[in-house]
Amino acid sequence: MLSYIARRFAGMVVVMFIVLTVVFIIVRLAPGDPAALMLGPDATPEEAQLLRDRLGLNRPIHVQYVAFLAQVVSGDLGTSLFFNRPVTEILSARAEPTVFLSLFSLVIAITIALPIGLVSAYKRGSVFDQTSVSLAMLAASIPSFWTGLLFQQYLATGAGWFPVAGYGGPDAGFFERMRHLVLPSIVLGIVNSALILRFSRAAMLDVLSDDFVRTARSKGMSEWRVVLRHALKNAMIPIITVVGLTFALLISGAVVTERVFNLPGIGSLVVGAVLRRDYPTIQGALIVVAGLYVLINFLVDMLYLAIDPRVKY
Amino acid sequence: MAQIEHVSMEAGLASALMQRRTVVVGLIILAVFAFAAVFAPWITSFDPSALSVRDRLTPPNATWWLGTDEFGRDVFTRLVYAGRVSLLVGAGVAFLSSIIGIVLGLLGGFFRRLDGIVSRVIDAMMAFPDILLAISLVAALGGSVANVIIALSIVYAPRIARIVRASTLVIRELTYVEAARALGVSTWRIMLNHLLRNMVSPIIVQATFVFAYAMLAEAGLSFLGVGVDPETPTWGTMINAGRQYIGDAGWMIMSPGLSITACVLALQIVGDGLRDALDPRISKEL
Repeated sequence: MLSYIARRFAGMVVVMFIVLTVVFIIVRLAPGDPAALMLGPDATPEEAQLLRDRLGLNRPIHVQYVAFLAQVVSGDLGTSLFFNRPVTEILSARAEPTVFLSLFSLVIAITIALPIGLVSAYKRGSVFDQTSVSLAMLAASIPSFWTGLLFQQYLATGAGWFPVAGYGGPDAGFFERMRHLVLPSIVLGIVNSALILRFSRAAMLDVLSDDFVRTARSKGMSEWRVVLRHALKNAMIPIITVVGLTFALLISGAVVTERVFNLPGIGSLVVGAVLRRDYPTIQGALIVVAGLYVLINFLVDMLYLAIDPRVKY
Repeated sequence: MAQIEHVSMEAGLASALMQRRTVVVGLIILAVFAFAAVFAPWITSFDPSALSVRDRLTPPNATWWLGTDEFGRDVFTRLVYAGRVSLLVGAGVAFLSSIIGIVLGLLGGFFRRLDGIVSRVIDAMMAFPDILLAISLVAALGGSVANVIIALSIVYAPRIARIVRASTLVIRELTYVEAARALGVSTWRIMLNHLLRNMVSPIIVQATFVFAYAMLAEAGLSFLGVGVDPETPTWGTMINAGRQYIGDAGWMIMSPGLSITACVLALQIVGDGLRDALDPRISKEL
């Protein structure tokens, strides 16, 4: 088991290394002089030269690459060209809305999708099942920003049930800030429930036809106990996997949803950075988000070891 | 003999697809949008960029079926022309990401020495949230329709590559591949003739889903203002332009939003139908 954990950990490190390489390449894909691009058309050649020196763009590409890796490994993500502050500082200042938006919407998605998925599998082929599967497909087809705009217009601006946008202003307390996340979380939760519903339904269908479920039934165990104690417990493994994989989807959704509701999160930060050509900020955000994804999926794998006695590598 | 069997299998697939009412509905929806996109100039007599400030923000009526936008342009006309770009991006990404994915997947699945690195690259690429990776790539490449297609193809190619790699690992161990190798057939021919031809259906299924994701992603990029040029009408840019007028002119965002939803839904239905028809085992299980 220890050797499995070690191997899995080594795999994670390799993937992280490739993630860093990909980020390094993306930022250098831009044609022309990156310094001139970042500074815009009004910059003098001296200014461009200064920035090139500061970013180390005058060095050969392989030297830049090694320096970049060393810098990231030491926990330094560079300095934002726009804010003139370390990228790590800016990212942590902007993390709160994104983290809570993702968490709340994940909770909402699971609350909607898990029970419906289980009942769907149990009553497979019924009207309930067909309706919920169709609705899940519909939810996965609607652009989340469009739902967001409509909800914002009718439930916030129109009905006044929720704050319209923003994060409560600079002096808002924690509760006030969270109140601004309720509607965005509902929007994102509905979108993300689609995938979890499909997975939990499929996982449950798989388990319900297993031998041990039939044995439990034939022992005269109550149907309620069979489904909850035996089937659900075993269906949890694939469901946990998909929750881990949903992370990337959540962040993608959050990027767009933050823009709809004007939330000062990582998504808004990256979109702003793209429009301002603030490459160090884009680079830092990509590294942190992809790194988190790799880490979360590593932890999900470790969780298997803890919850499934059959998994012994 | 082989020829006849081949034809009958395809006919069987077509009839299996047509037996599903939802798949037929999906195909009809796609056909309508594709028709409208191709024959846009014949469907509407307006110019998509003709301004008429006097008629700005007019609600839908007999002349302007879906109303007008903030510059008095006909929303229906823009919707039809925007469909051209949105569908082109979806189809372009489905095609290009399949090519990249096939090459990557075959290399990884066929050559053991390359498999480690190819699989890790696929894992690493999948670690990036699709929108985040796409906007970073578009930021680096520049915002044009072609660059959006390239960026999204890079984003979605790993999904195809994973499936091609997995299929290659299975097929390359089959007896007929071994036989071909023993007969001295070149590696190149084995890959094209024996491997690729036998995994066309899972690739088509996955490409259909990529088509759908790419349309959603393109709309997202355009909405964020980091996709194609904001003056190019796509369903995403139309929604982005309409959001400021949502209180007074809700029609500006209704029709593009519904169009994206209809196309993506239709693609997912067709993708699901194709998968079930091609793999009867799965359709019974699910």
